[in-house]
Amino acid sequence: MAEHSGADILVEALVDLGVEVVFGYPGGAVLPIYDAMFRSGRIRHILVRHEQAATHAAEGYARSTGRPGVVLVTSGPGATNAVTGITDALLDSIPMVVITGQVPTGLIGTDAFQEADTVGITRHCSKHNYLVKDPAHLGAVIHEAFHIATSGRPGPVVVDIPKDVQVATATYTKPGPIQHKTYRPALQADPAAIAELVDLLAAAERPVLYTGGGIINSGPAASRLLGELARLTGAPVTSTLMGLGCFPASDPQFLGMLGMHGTYEANMAMNQADLVVALGARFDDRVTGRLDAFSPHSRKVHVDIDRSSINKVVRVDLPIVADVGHALEDTVRMWKARGHPRPDLTDWTARIRGWRARGCLDFPEAEEAIMPQRAVKALWEATHDREPIITTEVGQHQMWAAQHFGFELPNKWLTSGGLGTMGYGLPAAIGAQLGNPDALVIDIAGEASIQMNIQELATASQYRLPVKVFILNNEYMGMVRQWQELTYESRYAESYSDSLPDFVRLAEAYGWKGIRIEARDDLEDGIAAMLAHDGPVMVDCRVAKLANCFPMIPSGAAHTDMILQANEVSGTMDDEARALV
Amino acid sequence: MHIKTELAERHTLAVIVDNEPGILARIAGLFTARGYNIQSLTVSEITADKAVSRITIVTAASPPVMEQIIAQLERLVPVHKVTDLTVAGAHVERELALVKVAGTGDHRIEALRVAEVYRARVVDTTTSSFVFELTGSTGKIDAFVALMAEVGLVEVARTGIVAIARGREGA
Repeated sequence: MAEHSGADILVEALVDLGVEVVFGYPGGAVLPIYDAMFRSGRIRHILVRHEQAATHAAEGYARSTGRPGVVLVTSGPGATNAVTGITDALLDSIPMVVITGQVPTGLIGTDAFQEADTVGITRHCSKHNYLVKDPAHLGAVIHEAFHIATSGRPGPVVVDIPKDVQVATATYTKPGPIQHKTYRPALQADPAAIAELVDLLAAAERPVLYTGGGIINSGPAASRLLGELARLTGAPVTSTLMGLGCFPASDPQFLGMLGMHGTYEANMAMNQADLVVALGARFDDRVTGRLDAFSPHSRKVHVDIDRSSINKVVRVDLPIVADVGHALEDTVRMWKARGHPRPDLTDWTARIRGWRARGCLDFPEAEEAIMPQRAVKALWEATHDREPIITTEVGQHQMWAAQHFGFELPNKWLTSGGLGTMGYGLPAAIGAQLGNPDALVIDIAGEASIQMNIQELATASQYRLPVKVFILNNEYMGMVRQWQELTYESRYAESYSDSLPDFVRLAEAYGWKGIRIEARDDLEDGIAAMLAHDGPVMVDCRVAKLANCFPMIPSGAAHTDMILQANEVSGTMDDEARALV
Repeated sequence: MHIKTELAERHTLAVIVDNEPGILARIAGLFTARGYNIQSLTVSEITADKAVSRITIVTAASPPVMEQIIAQLERLVPVHKVTDLTVAGAHVERELALVKVAGTGDHRIEALRVAEVYRARVVDTTTSSFVFELTGSTGKIDAFVALMAEVGLVEVARTGIVAIARGREGA
C-alpha cells in the first residue's frame, strides 16, 4: 500500500470523518498540514485572526449544527492561545477536535522555538488529548479523537502532532466503527430506574422538569421528546442558561430560566416542588444558589450521561446514567404503555400563575435612555420570525438576552455558560454563520466583551459572512459594576469602559456597516437598517448606563431570597457571601 | 471568616489503567485540580504485554467526595476500572521499605536484634552499616523506622502501599 505523509494522512482522515470546515491559523509547526490541505482542496479553511477565536468559532459551528468543530493551530503560542476556548468547550460540553502542531520529536523538551508542553497544558482542560509520535498511528488517533469528542458527554479533544510526524510517511486505512478498550459511554438507562421515574412523575403533585444543555447535545429528537413528556405529564419546565431553546419559550408550561438571574416563577417552583427531574443539567452553582436551601421539599431525579455529574453538588434520590434523549424516549414510551392519565396539577399550576403574576422581568422605562431590556425585546420583535441564531458575550447583556429573547428551538442560542468567556460571541457567530449560511446570526454583545475578540471583524469580512453584532453599550463592565453596587457600596473599581473606540467607524474600517442607535425612537429603525443590510453590521446601541440585571439571587442566597428590583439592593454583604463567586 | 475543612476517611483504591504516556500525570493532576488528597500512590505494569498498569492510591475524603473521586477517575478515557478496596471488603495492604542504618558496637547488635523481631532481611552490609528490607503494613514499617532512629538510622526508601482484595475474586 502506498505511503503518505502524516499531514496527508491527517487531511484524508478529516475528509473521511466528513469534516467540511476547519478554523485555524498557520505557523511554523503546522506548515506541512497547511500545504496538504492546500493541495487537497477538500476542506474549507477559515483563517481567524487569533487562535482563541478559532476555538470559539468551532464551538459556534458545533453548537448550531450538532457536528464537531475542528481547530488547527500551530505549536507554542498557537496552542496556548487556544486554551481558553478548549476550556470553554469542556465546561459547556461542546464537541471539538483541536489539532496542534508541535516541534519535531527530537526537539521536544529542549525549549525549542515555539515549543510548549501542549499535552501537559491541555490535559485537564480537555476531555482527552494525544501526542502522536508515529504517522502510522495518526489516522487511528484522529478517528478515535472524533469518537471521544462527539460521544458520551461531548467535549474538546486535543491532538498534538510534531512536525516530523507530519512529514514522515506511513500507510493509512479508514478504520471501521470504533470499539474503544476502556471508553464506553452508556446510552440506555436502566429500565427499572425509568419505571421509578414514571411512578414519581405520575404521583407528583408539584413536579418541575429542570432541563439543561445536555438535551441540546443529545440532538433535536431529545427536545421533541421533552415536549412530549411535558404534554403527557403537565409538568412545568424550567431551563438552565445552556438549555434555552430545548423547550419553547412561548409554551405556557415554560417557567423561564432558573437560577441567579432566572425568573421568580422558576425559582419559586424549584423551591416548592415535590419532584425535580434534572434532564441533562448539572446543578451548577449559578442554578442552585445556597445549597442547603435548594429545593428542600423535593425528591430529585438526575438524568445525565456523565456519572460524575450525579451527586457532585446535590444529592439525588434517583440517579439515571444515560443519554437524556434515550431516557426521555423510554420514559415517554413507558408512560404511554401504562396508560397514565395526565395528572391533575390544578393547584400547582395556580400557584405558578401567582408567582408569574409578579412580572419579575418587568423593568422600569427610563425617561429618555433606551433600557437594555427594551433593546433586546425590540430585537426579538424584529427578528423572531426568522428564527435567528443568537450568540452572546458574557455579562449583563448575556443575562438580558437570556431573559428577554424567547427561544423556541434548540441550537439557536450560543453562549459561554460554564466558563463565562468574554469574547466568545463574535467568533461563535462567525462559526454559526458558516454552519448555517442562510440563517440570521446576531451576536448580542456588550461594549467591553466585544473588544476581547474584536479582531474577528476581519474574518467575517474576508469570508463575506453577514453576521450582525448588536452592542448594548452602557460604558461599563456592567455585571462587575452591578456586583460592586451589591457588595462593595458602589465603589466602581476599574469597571468603567474608558477610551471606547467609535464602534461605527471601527466597523467601517473593517468593511462592515456601522450603525449607532442613541434615542429610543430610533431603536426600531436602527434594527430594521441592520437587518436590511446584506453584509456584516455592527450596531452601537447606547443604553441606560446604570441599569442592573434583575431578578437576581445574590451569591450564597436561597431561591426564595431573590432581589426583584433595584430598590431592594443593600450595598453590602458579609464575608461569607463575598467569598463566593 | 475562616476556611473550613471537612472530615475525611481513609480509602485505598485500585485503579486499572491503560499503560499510556501521561496516564500518571492525568491521575495525579486530577487529584490536585479537584482538590483531592493523595496519601500514597504506587504504579506498576501488571500484564505480560505491559499494556495495563495497576495504580494503588490511598486517599482521604468524606463519603460524598469519595464517590466523586471514583466517578472522576472512571471518567478518564484510559481508565478501565476503579475499585474502592476499603468499601469492597477485607483486603491486604503492604509496603516495602529499604532502611539504611549505620553504627558500630551495641547499636549494630541492637539493630540486628530489632530486625529479627520485625522479620526484616539484611540485603546489604558494610562493617559499619546495614540495609534492611522490610515488608508489612504501614504501621509496622513506621514502628520499625522509629526504632531504628535510636540505633543509627541514615535513610529510608518506601514503595508506598500496594493492596489487593482477600478471597478469590479479582478487583
